[in-house]
Amino acid sequence: MAETAIKVRNLYKIFGNNDRAMVEKVKQGLSKTELLAEYGHVLGLRDINIDMPAASIQVVMGLSGSGKSTLIRHLNRLIEPSAGEVLVNGEDVLKMSAKQLREFRRHKISMVFQRFALLPHKTVMDNVCYGLHVMGKSKAEQRKAAARWIERVGLGGYEDNYPAQLSGGMQQRVGLARALATDADILLMDEAFSALDPLIRTDMQTVLLDLQKELAKTIVFITHDLDEALRLGDKIAILRDGEIVQQGTAQEIVLDPADEYISSFVREVNRGRVIQAETIMETPAPASVAASESFPVEEGTVLEEVARRMTEEGIDNAHVVDDAGKPLGTLTMRSVMAGMATPVLKEALEEETGVAEAEKQPS
Amino acid sequence: MDWLFNWMPEWLVEFPQIAGRNLRLMSRTIDQQYRDFSRAWGDSIEAFFRPLLDFLLWFENILIETPWWIILAAITAIVWFASRSKKITIGSFVALVLIGVFGMWEDTMRTLSIITVCTLLAIVVGMPIGILMSRSDKLQATVNPILDVMQTMPSFVYLIPIVMLLGIGLIPGLIVVVIYAMPPIIRLTNLGIRLVDKEVLEAANAFGSSSWQKLVEVQLPLSLPTIMAGINQTIMMALAMVVVASLIGVRGLGQPVLQAITNQYFTQGVLNGLAIVAIAIIFDRASQAYGQRLQRHREASHG
Repeated sequence: MAETAIKVRNLYKIFGNNDRAMVEKVKQGLSKTELLAEYGHVLGLRDINIDMPAASIQVVMGLSGSGKSTLIRHLNRLIEPSAGEVLVNGEDVLKMSAKQLREFRRHKISMVFQRFALLPHKTVMDNVCYGLHVMGKSKAEQRKAAARWIERVGLGGYEDNYPAQLSGGMQQRVGLARALATDADILLMDEAFSALDPLIRTDMQTVLLDLQKELAKTIVFITHDLDEALRLGDKIAILRDGEIVQQGTAQEIVLDPADEYISSFVREVNRGRVIQAETIMETPAPASVAASESFPVEEGTVLEEVARRMTEEGIDNAHVVDDAGKPLGTLTMRSVMAGMATPVLKEALEEETGVAEAEKQPS
Repeated sequence: MDWLFNWMPEWLVEFPQIAGRNLRLMSRTIDQQYRDFSRAWGDSIEAFFRPLLDFLLWFENILIETPWWIILAAITAIVWFASRSKKITIGSFVALVLIGVFGMWEDTMRTLSIITVCTLLAIVVGMPIGILMSRSDKLQATVNPILDVMQTMPSFVYLIPIVMLLGIGLIPGLIVVVIYAMPPIIRLTNLGIRLVDKEVLEAANAFGSSSWQKLVEVQLPLSLPTIMAGINQTIMMALAMVVVASLIGVRGLGQPVLQAITNQYFTQGVLNGLAIVAIAIIFDRASQAYGQRLQRHREASHG
């Protein structure tokens, strides 16, 4: 993975009048409940450390009240922390003056909001122009850039409509276009798709992934939906009660949940869309394969895709190959099925959890 | 009950008040000091307001000197462009014609000009105060009680210090009307800005808007419906005060009403009263319809 774009170091946020003094107490081990009961302060975030990779999607996942929206607002300092550092491309956001911060928000970082937060009195065009207008760009420049992004998110023809005239999904496309139009390297998305219907949400995820392939921005995506986190996240951090419980890739989290809390989430996940072929393949790689008995799948292909192709081609075996086409290991229909089975199913099949053993069990 | 009163000391029976002599002395001293103040400063204050008086007179002259049918056409056109409603426009036209027919055209023009100038003045002074109030809870806590006093103090009481300071005439009248009419625009500007959707404001912040950009691009446009309601209230209050202001020499529809009261001219009173009502309704409907038209973007047209 590429270099780190955003570093969060020892970040604390406590809500209350005397938050800085409370940080010390929390560092000494005061719990969230004690802090509230004894001092009347609310613990928002405790000792957050994350390295967010450049040009990829970092997902921060957590249930409501976990502090995820608070965390993302520290990255562009819509919320002041109680203690800690936020380094964006090496620069400490928390040390910026008001003027520097404005410039930073205008050019380096932009944001998409859960409930869209569009300007209701402005047309789609003027909403998308907003960031550029704030920068002081000329009217012509604004319109040119905005028109391109409106087209790109699929809203061509709606330029003169007002937000209230659009559906939720379309409004969020405006929100996305508005954020992209400023050409900032970093895009913050605060539960951007959570307010949308499931079908439209999936649709918007596809839009985002397509855009990301082309733009390679540093995206920080907040969600409470694990499926969304797993689909979008190159890297995922799971937040609970203001603390990070686990960080890793989608596969790492699904295969090796750090504690009960995460396992309970992961249990219901569609593993076929997360686990990649090379994770469950059997090694060593075969010296040679007959085309009629096995077909090649690329490294990084998820099990669901392998299973689909097995069914389509009517072949029960596959071999994993790297970029150069060199075989790395083999897969059977049975091993793929076992890999896709949820832990609940697997636990019924075997005592020991572990993908390698699972496939040897008769099912 | 007598036994009770006899038994009680004097100060429990009668409220222990400041002796009449001292009270008189107090009033006299304060009045004297205020009189000295007005003697010393009255001329400069009058000079300060002079440009305003000139503008008011100039505007009044235009309304009165211009042939009536041009003014009638102009007002009807303004009402039409503001409201885009045939009903309101025709109603205004008929009302103005009736006012003219019953011989109140000139007085109505005077009232119209003072109302217009007072409303503009109240907006120019009141809106910035409302904006500042919306930014500071402390200022809000200070200004609100002052506004309460301004609104509840019997309007005649305003007249006294103003007349002592500036004598009778158009300027003191104007000041009295503005003081009386300003609270709604201040209050509703403050309220409107405070009610602006926090998320939209956060979005504006996230894109690096300056305070001024936030005010002009987000806060004022989004609080416009509330501010329009404030302007509407201000106009109504100004109209109500114009009659009282006629006591200190403001000419217009108020004076015939005053005359009617002192001489018991029932018909004259009612006619002029109705003329004021007609102007009020024209202003009210036109400004409200205009405010609503500004809010068309809120209508959702999709399913």
